[in-house]
Amino acid sequence: MELVLSPEDEAFRQEVRAFLKEKLPPDLANQSATGLRLGKDDHVRWQKILYEKGWVAANWPVEYGGTGWTAMQKHIFEEECAAAGAPPLIPFGLLMVAPVIMAFGNQAQKDRYLPRILRSDDWWCQGYSEPGSGSDLASLRTKAVRDGDHYVVNGQKTWTTLAQHADMMFTLVRTSDTGKRQEGISFLLIDMRSPGVTVQPITTMDGSQEINSVFLDDVRVPVENRIGEEGKGWTYAKYLLGHERTGIAGTGRSKAQLKRLKEIARTEMSGGRPLIEDPDFAQRIAQLELDLLSLESLVLRVLYAEKAGKGPGPEASFLKIKGTEVQQMLTELMMEAAGPYAMPFQPETFRDPQWNEEPAGPDYAPPLASVYFNWRKASIYGGSNEIQRNIIAKAVLGL
Amino acid sequence: MSFAFTEDQQLLAESADRFLADKYDFDARKAIRRGEDGWSREMWAAFAELGWLALPLPEEHGGLGGSTVDVAVLMERFGRHLVVEPFVATVVLGAEAIVRAGSDVQKAAILPAVAEGGMLLAFGVGEPQARFDLHRVATAARRDGGGWKLAGHKAVVLHADAADRLILSARTSGAEDDRDGITLFLVDPKADGVTLRPYPTVDGLRGAEVLLDGVSVGEADIVGGVGAGLPVIEAVIDRAMVLLSAESVGAMAETVRLTTEYLKTRVQFGQPLSSFQVLQHRLVEMLQAKEFAHALCYRAAGAMDTTDGVERARAAAGIKAEAGRAGKMIGQEAIQLHGGMGMTDEMAIGHYFKRMTMIDVQFGNAAHHLRRFATLS
Ligand SMILES: Cc1cc2nc3c(=O)[nH]c(=O)nc-3n(C[C@H](O)[C@H](O)[C@H](O)COP(=O)(O)OP(=O)(O)OC[C@H]3O[C@@H](n4cnc5c(N)ncnc54)[C@H](O)[C@@H]3O)c2cc1C
Repeated sequence: MELVLSPEDEAFRQEVRAFLKEKLPPDLANQSATGLRLGKDDHVRWQKILYEKGWVAANWPVEYGGTGWTAMQKHIFEEECAAAGAPPLIPFGLLMVAPVIMAFGNQAQKDRYLPRILRSDDWWCQGYSEPGSGSDLASLRTKAVRDGDHYVVNGQKTWTTLAQHADMMFTLVRTSDTGKRQEGISFLLIDMRSPGVTVQPITTMDGSQEINSVFLDDVRVPVENRIGEEGKGWTYAKYLLGHERTGIAGTGRSKAQLKRLKEIARTEMSGGRPLIEDPDFAQRIAQLELDLLSLESLVLRVLYAEKAGKGPGPEASFLKIKGTEVQQMLTELMMEAAGPYAMPFQPETFRDPQWNEEPAGPDYAPPLASVYFNWRKASIYGGSNEIQRNIIAKAVLGL
Repeated sequence: MSFAFTEDQQLLAESADRFLADKYDFDARKAIRRGEDGWSREMWAAFAELGWLALPLPEEHGGLGGSTVDVAVLMERFGRHLVVEPFVATVVLGAEAIVRAGSDVQKAAILPAVAEGGMLLAFGVGEPQARFDLHRVATAARRDGGGWKLAGHKAVVLHADAADRLILSARTSGAEDDRDGITLFLVDPKADGVTLRPYPTVDGLRGAEVLLDGVSVGEADIVGGVGAGLPVIEAVIDRAMVLLSAESVGAMAETVRLTTEYLKTRVQFGQPLSSFQVLQHRLVEMLQAKEFAHALCYRAAGAMDTTDGVERARAAAGIKAEAGRAGKMIGQEAIQLHGGMGMTDEMAIGHYFKRMTMIDVQFGNAAHHLRRFATLS
């Protein structure tokens, strides 16, 4: 069930392929094959290459340096990048804060931040969640008190992905305690080098270091760093969440992972035959492939509706749920495929680029259990899958 | 017998609960794992003192003659506390192979020492290409004068790095997937030609690849008869699968308890998460899966001592499949219901999830044993 492309789209696909072949550094492309974790420099290096080509901001309007691609072109681009093993784009700047700045920021903010995001000069992180405010984000308590032309910010953000690399954080803060909770929230951009910002890493159960607590202790933030109006932060955040959910489906990456799963299942032996010939395992791969095809179909439908001028509606929640379930099942089946070699914990083999000793078991095996554990996060973040169901129940079924 | 616990079993359960609650809470376990061996020799000595290492061993060799159900009761407690000591490798696997097939000399040399805590064993029957098949053995044993020479690769041998003696399968005759011609050998890990490549496992235990390159072993190192290894291996592994399932059931119980507690205290939207009916039902599903796995597990444990052959294999495959399925569901749900907290290394819940996941992988996962259960009759 390959997508049938128009001649123009097919030509575009070939153009993207040729570009990736020429410009994607082999050491970066290798990582998806070996499961090696990329560092900050690797991501920035790749994003700058895309920037040079004018392709880093597929979802931005042309006037800001975007591509002006059609929905299908964006989809093809994502798929080809994933297939070639290109590093995924770090979403916080390009995909998350940029649309908010474009829609609600003033001219000075657009001029100041958008070009830097485009060139990957700033690394952004998302400071929404707090220890007491996860699913119930509107209960957030980080306080911003006006003091002349500054806000003084106090509080704690948590689960902040890759804050250890970040230059800037976009954040929701409480500027008022009266009235509706949502109406006391403002959208602030905080320079991570400001005095009073402390980043403390949180180790996840697989041993990764990708999330952090961010402590804000009398941090002085210029009022000019507020997006839009005071007290309107919640509206802007909701606008952004819609964007987050279509991106989170990640079908391009899942297609590439499906291919990898099949390769592993062809290599692994079960009962003296390749695992991929095992009827049970083959059926589970087949079911997963069907889930992925239906997901891709719905993603395209939503993208086309967006093109016709409709923003992603509550249906985007379906994409988040199914997209993350597919990602998780991929990691589960890959771990299962490795059999007993899922057990050894050899993080140096996939976290240390200098490591060149042989792992116990096949080369692809060491990261598989860790990746499986790590991807349990996908049904929790970006609005948990339970919260997505609540949204669908309310906004689609009208309950 | 396997549907109601005896007074002795209840006493064992209570004393194990008490000891582990006191000495083996999550922080203690963390400290133990940071130690040099990745587990605690002091704790091992205490286990010996408590009679736990002697529990299943025969009375004539310094043991207590306990049943498989007795050991399951203990393993369930180990599961609740995520015990990392080499109990399965030494007592459940290694010593059991000696009990079943060892010579009198081997029994006398090994079993009392195991019971006292002075000898550690590891049991290596897997190979890189074999996946979960116990009969797929490429490691070769060739006649060499009065003894044998071993060459090959035993995969993911739990706690091999600490073992005083390895018990390994090798092929003395036949083709790689013949059921006949497999022999068990006692191997000194320090012998010439033995290379260990140790590593931690993702669930906090220890394991190693065992590479054999012309390792000399004598006639007296054969466990059981030449070419008669497979039935012994299968009996040992069947019973070990039931006991690992008991460990998993203990981990499931603790996972459900911790998740319930968490939802009762975590407040979002102005109420404890436990007040959301949709989450209550998920806790109930988890609890229910654990209850059924628990019941089936003790039935299978009983069957280990009263049946043999296909009946025994069916019981073992059945509970391994069931515990694998239940453990996965309970573990995944527990992480989900904990939200971000569930993802952290700092919380116990992720460690239970990882242990249950790896118990499923060990000796064949749920899919493998469900198929075996269907074909065995
Ligand atoms: C790896 C990772 C990276 C993250 N990165 C970021 C980041 O960069 N920036 C950021 O701001 N945040 C980030 N998050 C935080 C994420 O958005 C929150 O974890 C998420 O919103 C859930 O909140 P919580 O963890 O507090 O769980 P809780 O809200 O406490 O929820 C616990 C469980 O209860 C369920 N639940 C809660 N309310 C309801 C309800 N009303 N009905 C039914 N079920 C309910 C949830 O679905 C979940 O299963 C990240 C999280 C993870 C795990």
